[in-house]
Amino acid sequence: MVTLYIDDIQVSVEKGSTIFDAAQKVGVYIPTLCHHPELHTFGGCRVCMVEANGKLVTACRAPVTDGMVVRIDAEGARKVQRMVVELLLTKHNEDCQTCVKDSNCKLQEVANYVGITPERMAMLRRSVTEVEIDESNPFFNIDRTRCILCGICIRTCEEINGVTALDFGFRGEHTAVVTMGNKKLAESTCESCGECMERCPTGALARKNYERPNREVKSVCGYCGVGCGIHLGVRGDRVVSVRGDKDNPVNKGQLCVKGRFGYNFVNHPDRLTTPLIKRDGELVEASWDEALDLVASRFKEIIDESGPNALGGISSARCTTEDNYVFTRLIRSLGTNNLDHCARL
Amino acid sequence: MAGLATVLGSGAMTNTIGEVEDAKAIFVIGSNTTENHPIIGYRIRKAVKKGARLIVADPREIRLADVADVYLPLKPGTDVALINGMLHVILKEGLVDSEFIASRTEGFEDMKAAVEKYTPEYASEISGVPAEDIVRAARLYAGADSATILYTMGVTQHTSGTENVLSLANLVLATGNFGKPGAGLNPLRGQNNVQGACDMGALPGVYTGYQPVADDNARAKFEKAWCVTLPGKPGMTMTEMFHAAVEDRIRAMYIMGENPLLSDPDGGHICDCLEKMDFMVVQDIFLTETAKLADVVLPAATFAEKDGVFVNTERRVQRVCRALKPRGQSKPDWEIIQLLAQKLGYDWNYESAEQIFDEIAELTPSYAGLSYKRLEDGGIQWPCPNPEHPGTPILHVGKFSRGLGKFSAVDYRLSAEQADEEFPILLTTGRSLYHYHTGTMTRKTEGLNQFHKEELMELNPEDAKALGIGEDDIVTVTSRRGTVRSKVHVTDRIQPGVVFMTFHFAETAANLLTNSEVCHIAKTPELKVCAVRVEKA
Amino acid sequence: MRIKLEPLRQEAVKNWQELQSFGQPIILVGAATCGRASGALDVMAAIGEKMKELEIDAIVRQTGCVGMCHSEVLVDIIKPGRPRITYAKITPELAKELVEDYLVHDNAREDLAICVQGETPDEDLQVRVVMRNCGHIDPNSITDYLAQDGYMGLAKALEMMPQEIIDEVKVSGLRGRGGGGFPAGRKWESCLQVESDQKYVICNADEGDPGAFMDRSVLEGDPHSVIEGMAIAGYAIGASKGILYVRAEYPLAIRQLKIAIEQAKERNLLGENILGSGFSFDLDIFQGAGAFVCGESTALVLSIEGKRGMPKPLPRPRTSEEGLWGKPTLLNNVKTFACVAQIIHRGPDWFKSIGTEKCPGTAVFALTGKVNKCGLIEVPMGIELDKIINEIGGGVAGGRAFKAVQTGGPSGGCLPADMLNLPVDIDSLTAAGSMMGSGGMVVMDDSTCMVDVARYFLEFSLEESCGQCAPCRVGTEQMLTILKDITQGKGREGDIDLLVEMGKAIIDGSICGLGQSAPNPVLSTIRYFRDEYEAHIRDKECPAKACKALITYTIDAEKCQACGRCLKACPTQAITGAKKTPHTIDSDKCDKCGICFSECPDRFAAVLITTGGTESSN
Repeated sequence: MVTLYIDDIQVSVEKGSTIFDAAQKVGVYIPTLCHHPELHTFGGCRVCMVEANGKLVTACRAPVTDGMVVRIDAEGARKVQRMVVELLLTKHNEDCQTCVKDSNCKLQEVANYVGITPERMAMLRRSVTEVEIDESNPFFNIDRTRCILCGICIRTCEEINGVTALDFGFRGEHTAVVTMGNKKLAESTCESCGECMERCPTGALARKNYERPNREVKSVCGYCGVGCGIHLGVRGDRVVSVRGDKDNPVNKGQLCVKGRFGYNFVNHPDRLTTPLIKRDGELVEASWDEALDLVASRFKEIIDESGPNALGGISSARCTTEDNYVFTRLIRSLGTNNLDHCARL
Repeated sequence: MAGLATVLGSGAMTNTIGEVEDAKAIFVIGSNTTENHPIIGYRIRKAVKKGARLIVADPREIRLADVADVYLPLKPGTDVALINGMLHVILKEGLVDSEFIASRTEGFEDMKAAVEKYTPEYASEISGVPAEDIVRAARLYAGADSATILYTMGVTQHTSGTENVLSLANLVLATGNFGKPGAGLNPLRGQNNVQGACDMGALPGVYTGYQPVADDNARAKFEKAWCVTLPGKPGMTMTEMFHAAVEDRIRAMYIMGENPLLSDPDGGHICDCLEKMDFMVVQDIFLTETAKLADVVLPAATFAEKDGVFVNTERRVQRVCRALKPRGQSKPDWEIIQLLAQKLGYDWNYESAEQIFDEIAELTPSYAGLSYKRLEDGGIQWPCPNPEHPGTPILHVGKFSRGLGKFSAVDYRLSAEQADEEFPILLTTGRSLYHYHTGTMTRKTEGLNQFHKEELMELNPEDAKALGIGEDDIVTVTSRRGTVRSKVHVTDRIQPGVVFMTFHFAETAANLLTNSEVCHIAKTPELKVCAVRVEKA
Repeated sequence: MRIKLEPLRQEAVKNWQELQSFGQPIILVGAATCGRASGALDVMAAIGEKMKELEIDAIVRQTGCVGMCHSEVLVDIIKPGRPRITYAKITPELAKELVEDYLVHDNAREDLAICVQGETPDEDLQVRVVMRNCGHIDPNSITDYLAQDGYMGLAKALEMMPQEIIDEVKVSGLRGRGGGGFPAGRKWESCLQVESDQKYVICNADEGDPGAFMDRSVLEGDPHSVIEGMAIAGYAIGASKGILYVRAEYPLAIRQLKIAIEQAKERNLLGENILGSGFSFDLDIFQGAGAFVCGESTALVLSIEGKRGMPKPLPRPRTSEEGLWGKPTLLNNVKTFACVAQIIHRGPDWFKSIGTEKCPGTAVFALTGKVNKCGLIEVPMGIELDKIINEIGGGVAGGRAFKAVQTGGPSGGCLPADMLNLPVDIDSLTAAGSMMGSGGMVVMDDSTCMVDVARYFLEFSLEESCGQCAPCRVGTEQMLTILKDITQGKGREGDIDLLVEMGKAIIDGSICGLGQSAPNPVLSTIRYFRDEYEAHIRDKECPAKACKALITYTIDAEKCQACGRCLKACPTQAITGAKKTPHTIDSDKCDKCGICFSECPDRFAAVLITTGGTESSN
């Protein structure tokens, strides 16, 4: 353990921890834009600058040392912070009302901490680079006028997914998050999992047609056999979002394109909503009683005529375990083991 | 699964998904992991970043091949030859775990004799994989402290499916890669609850927890619990049922949440079978291609509208929670089944999914320790024999379910269909990242269709040139069983002489072409190899 | 190992002597990139043609750059029994004349000669260590190099213990010539001390400063000196692999290096078991894509690894401990390596005898700008600025007044006239708010606007910023916008303080040296020329009359002789007038290109440039 002093608060942390880790442990806020707990530190935004033993360092990268004296609000650090945040704002789209991240935006949070004054902003030259929003991906957009180049999306794509569809491109003021060959997102190697969008601290990577759910229900994804933990976002009688469950040991919050965005079938107008019975070759609506009576009587007739083995049941790998159990109980109770599901397909 | 059960005593993923990240070597065979199990695919890439060596064997140069140390482009259906070739190298170079073989296995000598002739050169001749790559793959796999094998239907959906699994098991046994972290033999199950359905005995021969119907004690237990008399003879598999329908031996069917018309091989034949059926009930969330043929269609609830558990590919039992009330008059499947049971005169009174689950736990030793309460946070991996048991992340630690791990002497044999003059190309099938199975759910999401809105049959540039076919051309693909039309994507990610199609699209139903010949043990149909002819439409 | 080298050396010396006393004239043409740009290859062809025509026998050889770029194309002729004569500004036509006149008619054409006896005209001020062979030997000939004691340093080093070599380098006081000035011996030592199965030696030849071409000239003119230095370093730290990171914009340097590497391999001076010592060293060339920031060690390493070249933020392992592919890597500049072989061969005391105590050795500068003699110079550390500019450089061009000198490229700063007595070395320049950098030196006269100079360098830094850290990326952009505003008369009260504040924050906040030094040109010009900034902002006046937005061109009707030259030359038809009618400039149409100003004959001096309240004419 290493003991240090953060604004005179004594804190002991494990060797190899950073100043940022130590500050978090004692609940001391250090602003940052590019740090993400699940990703390697980048140290690009320089907003977490603090003074450690009299030297300016980035808290997210600087390792703690024994007896270290850290001053969070040191003047030199504050000047860097202020300049970075003010200047990022001069390059940032001002229209916060239409931004999905409004009130949930890291840049707003840090700007609020730094304290932005109209006088200072008036001294600075504003220049938001005009770039078209990349709307090619059906699920989320890239709006580069809201991008602060924190690189979180790039690191997410590389470290979390290993897809590496994104990287920094160009230089100087033209620096931008780009795909290989600066192609549109939908034409790139991006697998549309949306992990980057989930972590974007601003509205640069934003969900299309976003609707905030009224409530969330913890469940499991209904697609492949991995069984990712999810939070189903519900608004009224519709599923409007799916979010990975960070506490789930299987996916640790991660989801793929189908799991995160492929929930529309639940709300789809083509859903079957009443039983149907075939009359004169046409399937027509019927009541539950009509339908179930018909099924029961036909099953009985066929069993009576040809024995229970003239009946077969196909259960489902997509239904719940309970559904399957009950299904096997019924089929076997009717006297046959002609029972299978699509395990082999 | 039958293969695994033979060797080890139980058929399921031996290890945990999370361990993949820390494996020292990963052998992916017959699994397009990044598309079919994306989250596991991401883990594999992460493992590679951490220094794991990756071996990929697949007829298609799948995206994982891009980050692989060795990519083995085997010809479809030649898995045994390739794996035996690797085993040959491992034995010749003494890369085996002798202690493990001596203390925990049997049948080593038989296996050794069987792989003797599979020199890398011979294996190469059959599989088309360069001999030196077979040697490299063998060394990488056997040389790692812990090596895991991940496979899916690319291994099992063959007439030799069981042999394929057995020879993979030989590889794992020979190198002592059972019962430890980051290792094992891991079938990745394709669907959300295929493990749960199997666990529940939605199979012709077993009750829950793989208790055989032929076992008198087991049968007596279920007869008592269910207050009925139960048949002791295993029933028919799905494919067998369809065949039987043609001969009138099956007259009625109850199909829940399945779309065999698109998902099963030789779709034309299945259509005939279903049409011939006297009475068919389909229970589903949409009016699927199969439902349209039904006499009665029952509307079911989606996973978002019901409670229950799903069991994932690593045997983890996890809670599904109701978020919405079912659409219209639709109901959770168990409620529909109970209503029908009551109409049939059974005195069933389940009030909740939880009550059903408790009954399952009571009747199923491997579930005995599970309850909804315990599953709240992240689920538990079975076997979990009692309420104090933490679950079992890794199977076969110290001892196999059947006692000793069994080596098998496995020989390569030809797939049921070979390319010939009339049908000169082999078709192999699979799924894409953006769709799921027969597309019933995913094709309802516009965005997913944007990426993949129609079938794009993959064709090697060499074949394309010979056939005078270009990108986006429409072709007809014909097998002994049927013909479909498809758009073409020309790519060298598929090897010459092989084409690839998905089965997501009803309008290009690849399963009209596939062969319903099954593996004689596991009864898995040979969906991954059939001979076709491709012509410009 | 020196014994093994001896036969090679003797043969080379014999060749060299034979060449000098062969009885045939020798013609040397400076054919480095600078010479070629001035037509050196055409000159060589013309010489060949003429010789054929006149049926004369002479040995024609190409050499590297001697440094006198102001006088390219340079041709040296050594006639048997005569001193070597250097001819300047030779065109193909002049070359033909020269051949005929001197070689046939024995007319030495003193009118074309710039100096006699080989060396540069200011040899008493210049000391050649790094550039000793440039312009002297044929870079494509390893025997030429061997004849100049080439590879003696390596052969000697191979008889020493690695630590002994490092001790000698430490004693010599050699400091990195790439700009940082870190003691080379200490860097080598830390590489030696890390245990690893593989280590690398990288030569940083990613010379990116605008106007700097010292490294290129050394690589083009004397590639073996760098190769030898790298091999010695490889032996000293235990590396078997070296990489020359050369920017792809240096095709000739790359070609010469390839030839040199092949020649060295053929003679077992590179490759397996060098000179039977058991030490093996292989050398590869990596072509950089020309990003200034890739001169920074961690960015350079990433670039070789095939990644985007972005400096790694602190704290990070030193490259000498964890560099290329995670292995210990020694990274030095071209000139540093070029010094090493001689330090080993001639001993550290010899090296220490040159320059100052804390900065021994020489400094190589690319002297450019408003100076009479542009070119490459090599001077002992500690020489006064004044001597460089006024003696070696021949003073400010066009008889104008000296205003400032900029050193260190975009990372450096501007020093005013009252600092001309500054002794030039790594530390003194840094103390003065500039830096030595890799050796650019730009002289400015009184027509240079210091705000505009700052703008120019800042623009370069911004364009070359990798963009990863916010202070450098958005900070330099904002500063540049403000500077542009100032030069366009849109400066505001408070801008200067804002620039200073921002500059300091960028220095404090940036990840790498590029960002940390990008504000230097601005801060140093504010420090020494603040009044010029104030004039721009308050009086909307550019004292140097260089900022277009702040000047107006008018014609003095009394002086105008209505000759019509300006009228004809004006590209925007802004000038009206007729015969015998004084011309006038329509300021709305005027593009301020200055053509009228230069067209107006000096004897009239009728075109006036006005800024604020002051006027001036030619």
